[in-house]
Amino acid sequence: MLQAIADIVRLNGAEKHFGAVRALNGVDFHVGAGECVGLVGHNGAGKSTLMHMVAGTLRPDGGQIAVRGNQEASYSVARALELGIRCVFQELSLCPNLSVAENTRINHPSLAGFNWRRRAAELIRAKLDEIFPGHGISADDIAGDLSIGRRQMVEVARAFTLTREPLHLVILDEPTSSLDAHTAGQLLSFVRRFVAAGGSCILISHVLGEVLQNADRIVVMRDGKVVAADAASAFDRDRLVAAMGGAEGHQKAAAEARKTEAGALRVRARPIRQQDDKELVARTGEIIGLAGLAGHGQTDLLLSIFSAASRARTGIEVTAPVALVAGDRQSDGIFSQWSIAQNIGIRSLARLRSGLLISPQREAELAEFWKKKIGIRTPDMNNNIYSLSGGNQQKALFARALGSDAEIVLMDDPMRGVDIGTKLEVYDLVREEAAKGRTFLWYTTETEELDNCDHVYVFKNGRIVANLGRDELTEEKIIQSSFGDAA
Amino acid sequence: MTAIAPGTVPKASPRGSAARARMLRGLLPALSLALVLLAIAWLNPRAISYFGFNLMLNLAIPIALATIAQMFVIAGNELDLSIGTFVGFVGCVTATWLRDAPLIGILVLIGSIGVYALLGALIHLRNLPSIVVTLGMSFVWQGLAILILPKPGGKAPEWLLSIMSFKPPYVPFPILAALLIAAVVHFGLMRTSYGVILRGSGGNAAALRRAGWSLLKTKIVLFALTGLFGVLSGMALIGITTSADANIGNGYTLLSIAGVILGGGEFVGGRVSPIGAVIGALTLALAASPLLTFMHIPPDWQVAANGAILIIVLAARVLISRRER
Amino acid sequence: MTSVRTLLEKPWIWSFVGAVVVWLATIAFTGGYGAGGMVTAALSLAVFTVIVGVGQMFVITLGPGNVDLSLPANIGLASAVAMKVMGGSDSMILVGLLAALACGAAIGAINYLLIWALRIPPIIATLSASFIIQSVDISYGRGLQIKPPPGFADFTNWQVLGIPVLAMLTVIFTIGAALALQRMIYGRSVLAIGQNIRAAWLAGVHVGRIRFLTYTLCGALGGIDGALLAGYFRGANVDIGNEYLLASIAVVVIGGTSVAGGKANVPGVWGAGLFLVLLLTMLNTFGVSAGVRLLLTGLIIVGVITAAGGEKAVR
Repeated sequence: MLQAIADIVRLNGAEKHFGAVRALNGVDFHVGAGECVGLVGHNGAGKSTLMHMVAGTLRPDGGQIAVRGNQEASYSVARALELGIRCVFQELSLCPNLSVAENTRINHPSLAGFNWRRRAAELIRAKLDEIFPGHGISADDIAGDLSIGRRQMVEVARAFTLTREPLHLVILDEPTSSLDAHTAGQLLSFVRRFVAAGGSCILISHVLGEVLQNADRIVVMRDGKVVAADAASAFDRDRLVAAMGGAEGHQKAAAEARKTEAGALRVRARPIRQQDDKELVARTGEIIGLAGLAGHGQTDLLLSIFSAASRARTGIEVTAPVALVAGDRQSDGIFSQWSIAQNIGIRSLARLRSGLLISPQREAELAEFWKKKIGIRTPDMNNNIYSLSGGNQQKALFARALGSDAEIVLMDDPMRGVDIGTKLEVYDLVREEAAKGRTFLWYTTETEELDNCDHVYVFKNGRIVANLGRDELTEEKIIQSSFGDAA
Repeated sequence: MTAIAPGTVPKASPRGSAARARMLRGLLPALSLALVLLAIAWLNPRAISYFGFNLMLNLAIPIALATIAQMFVIAGNELDLSIGTFVGFVGCVTATWLRDAPLIGILVLIGSIGVYALLGALIHLRNLPSIVVTLGMSFVWQGLAILILPKPGGKAPEWLLSIMSFKPPYVPFPILAALLIAAVVHFGLMRTSYGVILRGSGGNAAALRRAGWSLLKTKIVLFALTGLFGVLSGMALIGITTSADANIGNGYTLLSIAGVILGGGEFVGGRVSPIGAVIGALTLALAASPLLTFMHIPPDWQVAANGAILIIVLAARVLISRRER
Repeated sequence: MTSVRTLLEKPWIWSFVGAVVVWLATIAFTGGYGAGGMVTAALSLAVFTVIVGVGQMFVITLGPGNVDLSLPANIGLASAVAMKVMGGSDSMILVGLLAALACGAAIGAINYLLIWALRIPPIIATLSASFIIQSVDISYGRGLQIKPPPGFADFTNWQVLGIPVLAMLTVIFTIGAALALQRMIYGRSVLAIGQNIRAAWLAGVHVGRIRFLTYTLCGALGGIDGALLAGYFRGANVDIGNEYLLASIAVVVIGGTSVAGGKANVPGVWGAGLFLVLLLTMLNTFGVSAGVRLLLTGLIIVGVITAAGGEKAVR
């Protein structure tokens, strides 16, 4: 019982589902007073979901949450703030039209009445001075005018300002992602001082060195579960990488010896921020992997290639029609009002016409063909696209691209949150289509998928940092190049 | 790895240029007003006088108030297409009930502000497009106006007439009133602590919700303020024209939107400026009729002048932000 | 039974139900007198709302924020252009119609040019355009021969067996529009853009081209409508299009098209057009004053959008 009281926050058996996807699968997690907990794991491992729960912005579907030993039945953001738990979210939550001082005011109801502007300005200025000496930010600056790094500094500083509400735990979700090495160092040393003074902190970061050096305890997540938790001193870099990657028990995809003769050039592209002469080259029948941490320029390059197919762009050469399979289905792929058949047909409308009109019969034929070929599980292809499970929706998006005239298929991490059965079916299909001469550019955050590729470009900070052939492709190597701490 | 970390690139420049672009854009409304004034002074120097301004800016006060009303909904990323007929409705109430039965008149006007507040709640709760809702409401207000005052007529209450014909020394009344309106609204929206929340709701609603604020309340407050300033605009208008007509405010919908945009406001993102909006309204009031009269352009082109000013200012804005990129 | 149910699930059915209810209420009031004449009159007047309504429907279907506020000014100018080109001579009717069409299409194209070049929301672009068009119309329309040629006036008022010929032609046109919406690449593209503009781009839809076409089409329909209105009412004037700003949007909304974009239907435009005209006829028959008429129209629009608003919460 004594242990429980020393906890700031404790979750037992936390569960969360998004549709068919299990984001959290029975997680036990706690943070003690005066402790900095490091949280690491790949994208989609469930870290952010877990933090949203601690911050009160998401309700768990199962499990309990206790703050300072008391069970919280109706936990919410307001309750979390009241209990002194705050979160700096990964996506920026400043109002771009307001000044730095005004943004501070939003988080402090007590900053009102006479002279509130001066009090708000002094509050944030003092905290910025304390955390980031020499920051060069004025309290009157409009948030939208600041560089992304300075916005992140303001946001972090704002989370540590104190008025009426207590402050016990601050969640920092990738707080250094937009900071340079100097300011990141300032922030981390402040975090250590804050923890030494009795505060608690959860530090999420992809820069493993940061976590190893600053956390007291490290929790590793993978596939919605906690897979390792131990004192920071018990970990080193290799053990963390091994725990995150989960090298255990996954078999390499059948690595058939594929013919390696060079086909015709399909795509040649240089990322805009590339400084050396590395470039991406893809030929007929090749499956090319794009690896590295999420958001390091892979999607940007795919989109540039996509737009280069219809309008010439410097630095990018595309020699055949292109189709894209979206990973973020909601925002980039699905037409929510339409049936499965219509969602598949949209990329091939010109071929579905007879005369001026689209032939419903040909549209249905196309849909039926792909229903069988890719195994879309539905009684009727005329049902709304949302009647399908997430994995089957993704299959419909694959059918849209593969059913089109495109010879180049771009895949923007399309297997996010898709079940393993669907994945294996799609992998087979991709290899089959490549054997027929189609070219695939496959960005993925799931390392084992890269086993399907002929070779892999690893991205970091918008640039290609490595080009690994099939035989040199190992998980460690990819992680090593994408994490390569530049600090 | 000798890769340059993103932060070591000169940092001040993006912010500096963004701030400069914003300042230039902020000056644009004042610049357009100055340009119009210069043109008038050049064409007809006598117009730049106490009497001249009184005459030229005659209708500027109600236009400025309507523009401020529109600015509040725009601050919350909405649009009010009914403000014109609402001003007409208020005008009809002012010229009839407010004079004959002041208590009923006051209650009706307060009630109409309540209707605005309800609309805000409805739009938020049902996630409705404000354009369609307010377009429907424009018929409601016009219908009510015709019911109250089927034929042009009525008379403004004496006290209102005497306020609107007030002749202060040195500074013409319309200018004084514009300064007062701009100062009051600027203080309320830009300087008070709740004004920050109202503008924040247009800037990043999700962030506001995360900090525990009620978006329903901000929307209700913004719409109620629109109603309030719509009422003031209608009363001011009748104080000047002395009698009412159900169609008297119809042009104000478009004028008020144009005024907000001219004044540097944007349709989304909570970026509005009360001072800019008042300047925008004055520019429109001056450019529409006095300038054209002095230029011997037939009044037919009044409306076009408003449209052209709007397009020129928007084009200038695009140029500024493009060059600063 | 199932066919009745599928019929009831159509979003446009309610506008027709509304039209029929209003019609029945009116003839119940008159004791059956003038039932047929009412339908004829409703058809002739609804035509003008339906034509611009279809244009506005395509624009609104492009997604939130897309709306053409320049239609009234467009109709006014096109009616003057048509009448001037026709010059009262029957031989010039076709040329006049083409001129009105070209004038409207040009206005639509300019609207899109403003949206694209100045990167401003369609509302403000079409609004500023309408300011200018209005003035052009006022100064152009003054002192002109403004009466339509007799042949054109007769044509727009021509009836066969109590059915206005213009209404029949409009039915054919709307069938074409419905096919374009559901069965042609153009319509599919509009629907895709309205549902998700980014996904549409990534699925290979030519977003810019389709939006340009849609605004131009809407403008062209406004132009034709102006010419027909001038013929029907035997004269062009500046205010001839004024009521079509609200009416064009109202028929789209009442007809079951989603204001959030991506979901549209053409029959509903007819149903809603008839409903609005019959509603006015009913209120006139009841001897209701102009004020009550406006009030009820407004309340019905707000009521319909409030009732329909719940659907789009599903995202």
